Amino acid sequence: MSEIDITLTLNGEEVRARAEPRMLASDFLRDRLRCTGTHVGCEHGVCGACTIRLDGVTARACLLFAAQLDGARVDTVEGLGTVRNLHPIQEAFRRHHALQCGFCTPGFLMTVAEILETHPLRTDEEIRDALSGNLCRCTGYEHIVRAVRDLVDARDGVTA
Amino acid sequence: MKPAAFEYVRPTTLAEALAALDHDDAKLLAGGQSLVPMMNFRLVQPERIVDINHVAELRGIVEDGDAVRIGALTRHAEAARDPLLARMLPVVAEAMANVAHVAIRNRGTIGGSLCHADPSAEWPLLTVLLDASIDIASAAGRRSEPGDGFFIAPLVTALEDGEIVVAVRVPRPAPGTGMAFLEVAQRAGDFAAAAAGATVRLDGDRIVEARLALGGVADAPMRLAAIEAALAGADRRDIADAVADAAADLEPNDDMHASADYRRRLIPVLARRALERAAERSSTLAMVK
Ligand SMILES: Cc1cc2nc3c(=O)[nH]c(=O)nc-3n(C[C@H](O)[C@H](O)[C@H](O)COP(=O)(O)OP(=O)(O)OC[C@H]3O[C@@H](n4cnc5c(N)ncnc54)[C@H](O)[C@@H]3O)c2cc1C
Ligand code: FES
Ligand code: FES
Repeated sequence: MSEIDITLTLNGEEVRARAEPRMLASDFLRDRLRCTGTHVGCEHGVCGACTIRLDGVTARACLLFAAQLDGARVDTVEGLGTVRNLHPIQEAFRRHHALQCGFCTPGFLMTVAEILETHPLRTDEEIRDALSGNLCRCTGYEHIVRAVRDLVDARDGVTA
Repeated sequence: MKPAAFEYVRPTTLAEALAALDHDDAKLLAGGQSLVPMMNFRLVQPERIVDINHVAELRGIVEDGDAVRIGALTRHAEAARDPLLARMLPVVAEAMANVAHVAIRNRGTIGGSLCHADPSAEWPLLTVLLDASIDIASAAGRRSEPGDGFFIAPLVTALEDGEIVVAVRVPRPAPGTGMAFLEVAQRAGDFAAAAAGATVRLDGDRIVEARLALGGVADAPMRLAAIEAALAGADRRDIADAVADAAADLEPNDDMHASADYRRRLIPVLARRALERAAERSSTLAMVK
């Protein structure tokens, strides 16, 4: 099947590329747009490593076709911060050792960016529930929960 | 794995979507949260994908006479935070909290969930519990299918080729109706081993009307009519007795989520808790009235 033109706003900038409609958005971002921060674990929606934001809300990039990104606003982990200038969420993960191999981290960061805006996250149980769609094989989650707790406290103006 | 090649069509009106669906091997793409995994595994390889995400006629949650009309493209997350549903059908948000995870709830739709017809899924159970009907469009016109006739077997529905689910119509429950939904799953967000939904309307301690639906215990969600009949007119303290044998006539599956024996034990417990919780909520509604 032939390739089609796809124009999208990626991390605030308009970009254009060609792809077959069937190409998964995760492969399109990685291979065509060279944004390899979006990781690919399972390709059936279970692990959360490929989590991006599509028109403002989180979505599994492995459950979207490249063709669906045409005209859309897409945000990936590349839009959060840089190595020299970490985003506060990345800084909290660094401070709390909330990553080891880092494979799951981009997906967690994108999920946390959303739930900080949408969820009250009053208890650790609520944090764990909101993160339940992202799997991590290394950390045991405890330090990820601590990082998020810190971010929630900062958001809500709670001082330790 | 990667999906097989297909032609991609993106209609913006229902008429265009129906025209695009007039093809030997076309599939509708809504949230893609069930269809795309199946395409990635090459369990299905449609030649044409009709992406209905831009069809405005399939959106919106509105009051329509004595019913709430929920557009087929309503995302699980939208339904969970909708103020009209919160007021009229609070059981929807309670059930949606059990569907998958944040990112999947942002994309998955009620229409896709009904058409995928997983026997453990929350939307089909709610549809059966709440006596909802399903509005369907095709090139030939419109029809409406009652929820309890729609689900035939796992992944099999009464939908015919060339038809699109447009909306779900839920009748307004009688004032003072309490509702509850609960399920048991291995992990948060997993499909339920078993699920129960109930509505109860009390007059003092007497049950005027009770409805009970179970999911995950048969090929499709089901109402337990005999228990409902036994509860009509009964005292709310009789709920536990009424559901004690709820699993007697059922033959739940053995599968990776749970054994048949475990499901058989879950059924009366979930049924009792759902009914008691719904009854409690009905009595709270009577107090604030
Ligand atoms: C990890 C994971 C966990 C999940 N856990 C749960 C869970 O606990 N409970 C649950 O209920 N679901 C769960 N789901 C499934 C999710 O809820 C899906 O969103 C839902 O089953 C299908 O909705 P969709 O909009 O994504 O449909 P799609 O995947 O786009 O479509 C599903 C099917 O319905 C057809 N279809 C879609 N819309 C229409 C329409 N309007 N008219 C006619 N046919 C249509 C499609 O052609 C396709 O055959 C899970 C999914 C994943 C990936
Ligand atoms: S790669 Fe998308 S959820 Fe695992
Ligand atoms: S840090 Fe290795 S998978 Fe999470």
